Amino acid sequence: MEITPDMAVYWRFGPAVLNRTIVLTWLVMVLLVGASWLVTRRMVAHGDILAGVRVPRWQTVLEATVLAALGQAREILNADAGRLMPFLTTLFLFIAVSNLVGSIPGFDAPTGSLSTTVALALCVFVLVPAHGIMRVGFRAYLRNYLQPTALMLPLNVFAELSRTMALAVRLFGNVMSGRMMGAILLVIAPLFVPVPMLALGLLLGMVQAYIFAVLAAVYIAAGIETESQH
Amino acid sequence: MDSLTIIAASSIIAAGLAIGLGAIGPGIGEGHALGRALNSLAQQPDEAGTITRTLFVGMAMVESTAIYAFVVTMILLFANPYWNYFLSKVGG
Repeated sequence: MEITPDMAVYWRFGPAVLNRTIVLTWLVMVLLVGASWLVTRRMVAHGDILAGVRVPRWQTVLEATVLAALGQAREILNADAGRLMPFLTTLFLFIAVSNLVGSIPGFDAPTGSLSTTVALALCVFVLVPAHGIMRVGFRAYLRNYLQPTALMLPLNVFAELSRTMALAVRLFGNVMSGRMMGAILLVIAPLFVPVPMLALGLLLGMVQAYIFAVLAAVYIAAGIETESQH
Repeated sequence: MDSLTIIAASSIIAAGLAIGLGAIGPGIGEGHALGRALNSLAQQPDEAGTITRTLFVGMAMVESTAIYAFVVTMILLFANPYWNYFLSKVGG
């Protein structure tokens, strides 16, 4: 049984390997970019609506998504919501669409591969200090690691590393466990029993995407909060 | 028993123990967290958004230990490095 979609290799050229994860990641990216392009091609502004132009259906979906994301980001991040929301919403949409793609028979979720989730977690890992330094400056951010005393330096650094690892392993484990349960159920009780598991998988996929985005936001916000106490 | 059988049997037993014990703690913890969150929701329905979000984040934290146990189990069962090493030795 394949644990990750990394193991299905389509094409190999020396050290370069084209595996299932990469193909499906690009599929999700094409899906997201294509959908955004299609929706934003013919937008209707507020003035047009007053003039009686009908709002396209998908623009409503897009606006609802963006407004919901902005509301959530404002609650967690306060002042920085506008600047960080694009990153967090992209994270959420990518993971959500990946997990939904994984529910289609014959496809796998790209997030079921440890390489994808580690890449996503590394984005957050880089953004936390980058955003902290942009906000308060280099020295003030580094001093943050010496709180409450200089003895805590190794623990603070370790906390930063371990929560990045936890972020990656959590998403990978959740998606992989869903896949394995589906595969095992398919073997022992085919046809009808895996269907409720698939339905549950749809819900869990969205919850995992939400949790990843919210945790990223909380980590970034925590980085700022400790500095503003100075 | 030859060493291959011992490795296979101990991997399977260890996998069962890992997932079983690893599910107990997070199960109890998530139950406590959910109970307290429901209490708070009943007392302050206005704060539903904040309570639910904090509950999700906390549950994700609690759950990660269960996920670690699961990943270890999966490695023991399907990607066991010792098992693969001995198979390559025996099978040639």
